[in-house]
Amino acid sequence: MDGARASGGRAGGGRVRSRRRRGGFLTPPWWFAAPAVLVYALVVLYPSASGVMYAFTDWNGIGDRSFNGLDNFQRLWQDDAARGSLTNTLLLTVAIVVVQNGIGLLLALGVHTHIKSRAVLRVVFFTPAVVSPVMVAFLWKYVYNPAPDAGLNGILGAVGLGSLRQDWLGDPSLALWSVAGMVVWQFAGYSMVIFLAGLEGVPAELHEAAMIDGAGRWQRFRSVTWPLLAPSVTINVMLSTIGGLKLFDQVYAATSGGPGHASETLSTVLYKQAFVYGNYGYSTAIALVLALFVAAVSLVQVYYLRSREVGS
Amino acid sequence: MSLRYGLRTFLLELVMVAAAVAFLFPVYALVTLSLKDKQQLAASPLSPPTSPTLGNYSDAWSRASLGSALLNSTVITVASLVVLIAIGSFAAYFLARCATRLGFGLYVLFLLGIVLPFQLGMIPLFKMVDSAGLLGTYQGMIVFYTGIQLPFTVFLYTGFIRALPADYANAALIDGAGHLQAFTRVVFPLLRPITGTVLILNAVFIWNDFFTPLLYLGGSARETVPVRIFAFVGQYVSDYGLVFAGLVLAALPIIVVFLVLQRYVIKGFASGLKG
Repeated sequence: MDGARASGGRAGGGRVRSRRRRGGFLTPPWWFAAPAVLVYALVVLYPSASGVMYAFTDWNGIGDRSFNGLDNFQRLWQDDAARGSLTNTLLLTVAIVVVQNGIGLLLALGVHTHIKSRAVLRVVFFTPAVVSPVMVAFLWKYVYNPAPDAGLNGILGAVGLGSLRQDWLGDPSLALWSVAGMVVWQFAGYSMVIFLAGLEGVPAELHEAAMIDGAGRWQRFRSVTWPLLAPSVTINVMLSTIGGLKLFDQVYAATSGGPGHASETLSTVLYKQAFVYGNYGYSTAIALVLALFVAAVSLVQVYYLRSREVGS
Repeated sequence: MSLRYGLRTFLLELVMVAAAVAFLFPVYALVTLSLKDKQQLAASPLSPPTSPTLGNYSDAWSRASLGSALLNSTVITVASLVVLIAIGSFAAYFLARCATRLGFGLYVLFLLGIVLPFQLGMIPLFKMVDSAGLLGTYQGMIVFYTGIQLPFTVFLYTGFIRALPADYANAALIDGAGHLQAFTRVVFPLLRPITGTVLILNAVFIWNDFFTPLLYLGGSARETVPVRIFAFVGQYVSDYGLVFAGLVLAALPIIVVFLVLQRYVIKGFASGLKG
């Protein structure tokens, strides 16, 4: 510890004046950040930069790799299965963002009242969010079991709605939405918790003032609660959008992208291209497209949704 | 927003409890099926078990080798958290207190890592870990989690430290303490609230992570719980009683920890992401 002080003092010797202006010996030494920067560069920055480079090559893991310009991206656009996965990723993301946050908001409004079960309900709805998504997917594989007396179909039969029974994961037109359903089940409570934190920040006086002015429930929600919830909306929409775009575990465990390519997403396609077919260059090109999507969405949301927030 | 418990509140209570019951159906199916032997399962899968048996549980525990998987998950999670918090808080302290362009540049560089999907570097990193001989080891996973979660950790710590007055550390420095001492003895204890958040959010992420441990540890003796369960379900896919007993055992540790610490966990999830 004395060594740290001594070296700090020595380093500052020649530049005492400029250092003092910036806080001088009170500023922590640069080596505080060195281990983190090193590990971060090794695990994230260097591999990601290599990834960007490989996206423009025909690398397949064996032999030489040569640059092939935009071939990989052209291939992504022309390959029906891959283009389908792009559409699927976007549809899945929109469905998750809308439904998960819609339900999350309703749950939060319901729990943020004087009902006696509010503490228990908060825990019940949130618990699935701490369980591994792969395990939740396996549980839901049973819920979506096509047998008429099992899972969701069994319930539908028991309550007299037998005609609504489906092959939830086996029907190509349904599989993607079934995956969205299990994701919503797992994370609606997460959205709820973030909305609840926002609701707790809405001052009760504003509600009282609005009530005195004769505002009804809906009006109070519309013009008091909703504008003040804007920061929670921003966080929830961002988290679920990024989570939806990157979604892999649930799709892989529940359908592996099937039936056919019906529930394939960018994540499952780039996984298969890399570890099943060995098309490393093509796989990283898909990863780059995914990265650009995530970055674009994050930027747009930060600017657009922030502008809606009430300045404090 | 009325203060008394009127009819409206009562009706709302009924609706919310009904929603919770519907919500819990998959959990009911999970527990019910895990308590039935094959005959009972074939007869009526979803009715409450008439003679519940724990046979599936002991079978699942040994066939999935869950004991060793839990040990692997614990070692990897705890070690990653220790390293993450140690080097993350040090770096954040420098970034928060250093007013130079270097400090700001590094901070922005770390923020970039929150947005980058890890898939972009997935193959190059896999090759690196492979050639370093770290596939199938604890060390490989610990370095991976430290690197991948550093941006978020640094982001949370930096935000918190910026809002913290520098006076305490400065007083220690003026009294002759070194920077290392001032940070570990004075500043770090003040970071307890955010350290709690960092701990909870990272612990849940690392414990539940599936994709990278599948790539790095799949087939080795170091498989974590989600990877082992994935293999287990693949092997016994049609035996729902056994599979579900395995799922319950695998999910139980984190659910118990969550229920014990639920106030802190929910608070961490609700606040942590605002920075």
